[in-house]
Amino acid sequence: MSQPRILILRAPGTNCDAETAFAFQQAGGLPDVLHLNRLLESPQLATDYQVLCLPGGFSYGDDVAAGRIFANQIRHHLAEVMREFREAGKLVLGICNGFQVLIKSGLLDTDDPAGPAASLAWNDSHQFLDRWVHLRAEGSKCVFLAETEELFLPIAHAEGKFVARDEPTLDQLEKAGQLVLRYCPGGKGCPGENEAADFNPNGSARHVAGMCDKSGRVFGLMPHPERFVDPTQHPQWTRLPEQSEGQGLALFRNAVRYFT
Amino acid sequence: MLWEIDVHPHQDKPDQDAERVVADAADVGIAEGLAVWSARGFLVEGPALDANQADRLAAELFADEIVERMVAAPIGDASLLAPPSGSDAERATLIQVLLKPGVMDPVAMSAEAAARDFGFSIDAIRTLRKYWITGANEAELQTIGSRILANDAIEQIVVGPLPFDRLELGSKYQFELKRVSLAELDKEGLAKLSLEGQLYLQLAEMETIQRYYADLGRDPTDIELETIAQTWSEHCSHKTLAGRIAYRDEHGERKFENMLKETIFAATEQLRTRWGDDDWCVSVFRDNAGIVRFDDEFNIAFKVETHNHPSALEPYGGANTGMGGVIRDTIGTGMGAKPICNNDVFCFAPPDTPADSLPPGVLNPKQVMRGVVSGVRDYGNRMGIPTVNGAVYFDPRYLGNPLVYCGNVGLIPREMSFKQPLPGDLIVSVGGRTGRDGIHGATFSSAELTSESETLSGGAVQIGNAIEEKKVLDVLLDIRDRGLYTAITDCGAGGFSSAVGEMGEEIGAEVWLDRAPVKYEGLSYTEIWISEAQERMVISVPEKHWDEVQRLCAEESVEATVIGKFEPTGRLVLKYGENVVADLTMDLLHNGRPPVVREAIYNPVPVTPLALPARDDYTDDLRQVLGSYNVASKQEIVRQYDHEVQGGSAIKPLVGVAMDGPGDAAVVRPVLGSRRGIVVSCGMNPHYGDLDTYHMAASAIDEAMRNCVAVGADPSRVAILDNFCWGDCEKSETLGSLVRAALACHDLSLVLETPFISGKDSLNNEFSYTDAQGTKQTIAIPPTLLISAMGQVDDVLKCITMDLKAAGNLLYLVGTTKDELGGSHFALVNGLSGGAAPAVDPPVAKQTFASLHGAIQQGLVRSCHDLSEGGLAVAAAEMAFAGGVGAEIELASMPVDDDSLSAVVRLFSESNTRFLCEVLPDNASAFEQQFSEIPHQRIGRTESEPRLRIVDAAEGPPLIEANLADLKAAWQQPLTK
Repeated sequence: MSQPRILILRAPGTNCDAETAFAFQQAGGLPDVLHLNRLLESPQLATDYQVLCLPGGFSYGDDVAAGRIFANQIRHHLAEVMREFREAGKLVLGICNGFQVLIKSGLLDTDDPAGPAASLAWNDSHQFLDRWVHLRAEGSKCVFLAETEELFLPIAHAEGKFVARDEPTLDQLEKAGQLVLRYCPGGKGCPGENEAADFNPNGSARHVAGMCDKSGRVFGLMPHPERFVDPTQHPQWTRLPEQSEGQGLALFRNAVRYFT
Repeated sequence: MLWEIDVHPHQDKPDQDAERVVADAADVGIAEGLAVWSARGFLVEGPALDANQADRLAAELFADEIVERMVAAPIGDASLLAPPSGSDAERATLIQVLLKPGVMDPVAMSAEAAARDFGFSIDAIRTLRKYWITGANEAELQTIGSRILANDAIEQIVVGPLPFDRLELGSKYQFELKRVSLAELDKEGLAKLSLEGQLYLQLAEMETIQRYYADLGRDPTDIELETIAQTWSEHCSHKTLAGRIAYRDEHGERKFENMLKETIFAATEQLRTRWGDDDWCVSVFRDNAGIVRFDDEFNIAFKVETHNHPSALEPYGGANTGMGGVIRDTIGTGMGAKPICNNDVFCFAPPDTPADSLPPGVLNPKQVMRGVVSGVRDYGNRMGIPTVNGAVYFDPRYLGNPLVYCGNVGLIPREMSFKQPLPGDLIVSVGGRTGRDGIHGATFSSAELTSESETLSGGAVQIGNAIEEKKVLDVLLDIRDRGLYTAITDCGAGGFSSAVGEMGEEIGAEVWLDRAPVKYEGLSYTEIWISEAQERMVISVPEKHWDEVQRLCAEESVEATVIGKFEPTGRLVLKYGENVVADLTMDLLHNGRPPVVREAIYNPVPVTPLALPARDDYTDDLRQVLGSYNVASKQEIVRQYDHEVQGGSAIKPLVGVAMDGPGDAAVVRPVLGSRRGIVVSCGMNPHYGDLDTYHMAASAIDEAMRNCVAVGADPSRVAILDNFCWGDCEKSETLGSLVRAALACHDLSLVLETPFISGKDSLNNEFSYTDAQGTKQTIAIPPTLLISAMGQVDDVLKCITMDLKAAGNLLYLVGTTKDELGGSHFALVNGLSGGAAPAVDPPVAKQTFASLHGAIQQGLVRSCHDLSEGGLAVAAAEMAFAGGVGAEIELASMPVDDDSLSAVVRLFSESNTRFLCEVLPDNASAFEQQFSEIPHQRIGRTESEPRLRIVDAAEGPPLIEANLADLKAAWQQPLTK
């Protein structure tokens, strides 16, 4: 198969669409940025694409709760087309606000008969925070994290604290291998090792920074991989040996490779 | 049917809002036994809304059941008033906070649409906040309500149950043409009308208007008078600085016909002539932002605005709409620029100002700071524009009149840098609806603040809706690229009045006010015309393109409405239905203002000697300067801003081994896939202004340039902006100090070959109140000139940062140190006055910047930091702790203008045009070669031991010795939560 087509869906307030499209392009994909209104008018437009990406931003202003209104649009109007998309073995990626949308729309298999069992809540600091974090990938389920062990990426969010209804819910998600990306202390000699004490930036349960659905093909994460595709995006590149690319690019390349 | 849906934090989850209230109450001395529970509420009105629907909205829209619980009930139901269970909750007082009717409530607007998406019929939604409080007496509840929970400028408080059972949706407007009788008024009457009508025009201007209408033989309509007041306001016309001024100082007298034109603009014009074919300025001092060349495809636009008076009354809303406003400035520049980064600079009173020392009508500076930061954060972040550079300054004189500068850089295709509306084009309003919010912002900002400003001018205070502006931006860039409009501008101060007035100046316009979409019924034609409701842009659309413009806007859920037409009449005609409510000549509006000659006097402050202490050890002084508010780490603020969105961040505001060092300037790559960068920095030194505003201005320019060049910007491609914030310039001394600063801008700009490309002034920054003795007191801000710089780099990979990189490297000091401790931070923390403010030697500065740039380009500099507040000692400390690398420095060898300079001067003098550079030993001779014409000396080396040690001469005892963690803690502590 030739280059996969990537549907980057933007809603009012989405603001990371351009750099996310650029990252997919660098990775060899063919991205189109489409307004949610178009997909609501013609849901079948999605069938032309192999990857659906919900980029970062403040969809609908984060009004009421981050991602909630966009997620309800999916629940109310796009449930059928999303089901078909997933059943066709295609990929879905939600970054930051996109992760908030995914988890609140139930696409990460976190709903049970009693309702949603996991969510993203306000950071413990109750404040928006932009900083870089160390991440560890776990298991082999998630397509986007194939052959990835560690990542260093920026976060920029106010509502990124991963929460679940109770401990058994967390155990179950853990057992299903869905909690695939965790905040971790920087390794010895890692940049920023002295901030190990607050390596979990928002108070997420079990240090979860990202999770996938049961199939591993739907993935949501709070950090921004599209903000580290060029080495000069690294916050310490002036102190480090020259690199050829940013670590975030691997994630987009994994998505593209999955179809090539 | 009106339902209320309340959302409470789960009992076992933290109640963060309540915790904040308790902390704030402790700040005003209410601590003992106080307990608070909070909830968010939504009032939802729908003709047939039933319990089942309300429950669904609660569970599926409003609450997140993992962390929250909800209560949904018809308004008035006891369950809504019941306190959350808690030990003391039964005796709690319920305080509910609602936005005043007409205040922008973005959450309610989004919620209405989202609730309708469930298929329910919804009339309206309002939001509220609820607090149950125990352990406070009547007086304390009053304080908590009015000082902590709500701001009277935009919010109202209800104690106990809500006193209504339906949401007011506005009442119908009955048209009635109003005229204002001027003919009979004497001078006193005219002055009274100007003040009470919030026109804030001067007597001579009122008299000109009176004569104009006497000649016409009729009275003006209210809207005509308002239009003239808006257009002639200081805010819109800059009549003081662009006016006639007779200036006198120690050198003699000078008369200006147009002060700005003959100083700052003149320097830029001279530079452009000098450069000829190499002129890289594109559009200066004419559009909403200044434009310069960037690369083969794009130009870049830059504008910085102030929003001081609204921020004094409602810090969040004022700063929020300040950011939104300046972003619209770049969107409204040329044919529309794409915003790519923000900068912001604030001036506050010290956050530890005691609450009981605040004059009436003044908000707590800590509260002002938090509100302003949140306001800027929420607009910039939501728009997806990185906020990359800024500064915060503190001085007690900003108490009643804080300063909020917001800036924005935009990227614009080269061929789209100019606009020209055409006769016959439709006047189209795009974006937000018009409401009663923001009436009289332009005239209000030109008046002095008083303790009653809050009650007088509440309407001028607004909350922004960033997502509306983001939607407008997205669709307008698309429409721009399709070539469907001929001109664009923003609705800023003065609303439609200014936007249409400016665009139609050369043509003439007819406006149909009844067609403007309004937020609610009941607005008069005048309110529609002068409302400064946010998130509106005006474009001129050739009739043949209107259908397509309308379709594209509809596709992105953006409202676009034809509100008039540019008619080649030279007149401004306003209609409401068939009624002509105004008919003015454009000539009166734009050329009719009477010229006023203002006196400006500058009496130099005599230089008095500074009584410097002589100590054996200055480590503690260093700690104190590092911990002074102006120098202290701003990390707490910086990290609340998204400084990386759009993916172009190359040098971040915080740098170094722990990513917390104070970078000199930010670098952004605006075009993904290209390594060409934009450098943003600033300079500001209000403390020097108390000694000499000429040196203050020169130092601010030098500092902005230093910051820019220190990270790698090409000094021959830096454009700068001026923002003058001054006190009441009707006082000749105040105006004199400003003219003197403008003269420095002219002189420095010419020698450095650094053009000013845009600017803005905010005068009348004074706060008056009546003290306990019944005497009128006035606090004027110190003269405050912000210089913002926008530099360029060919390749961001050549950029450097200020953190020391490794042990074993050499430290060079570039530039001459002089006895210039006047207005310094050493003087500030030691309570010393007098001394000389630092001066700039412009030709030396130009050469220094060029040499440093050459060294950086050749890769000879590992790290570089400019010397500013706190001089050499602070720069060395910051570089060392940012890099986690120690340093040893010898003062004896540093370049000085007088060998007898004492150690304290060498350590802390704030002489301009100096840099501390880290250089690899192998590069030493190449580095020295590069600076052969500039004073420079090797003064030390970097060390693996994490400490800073400064000695006078080798073998001597340390003047400063401290470990880096200790210095860093002193620097980080003051402004960290």
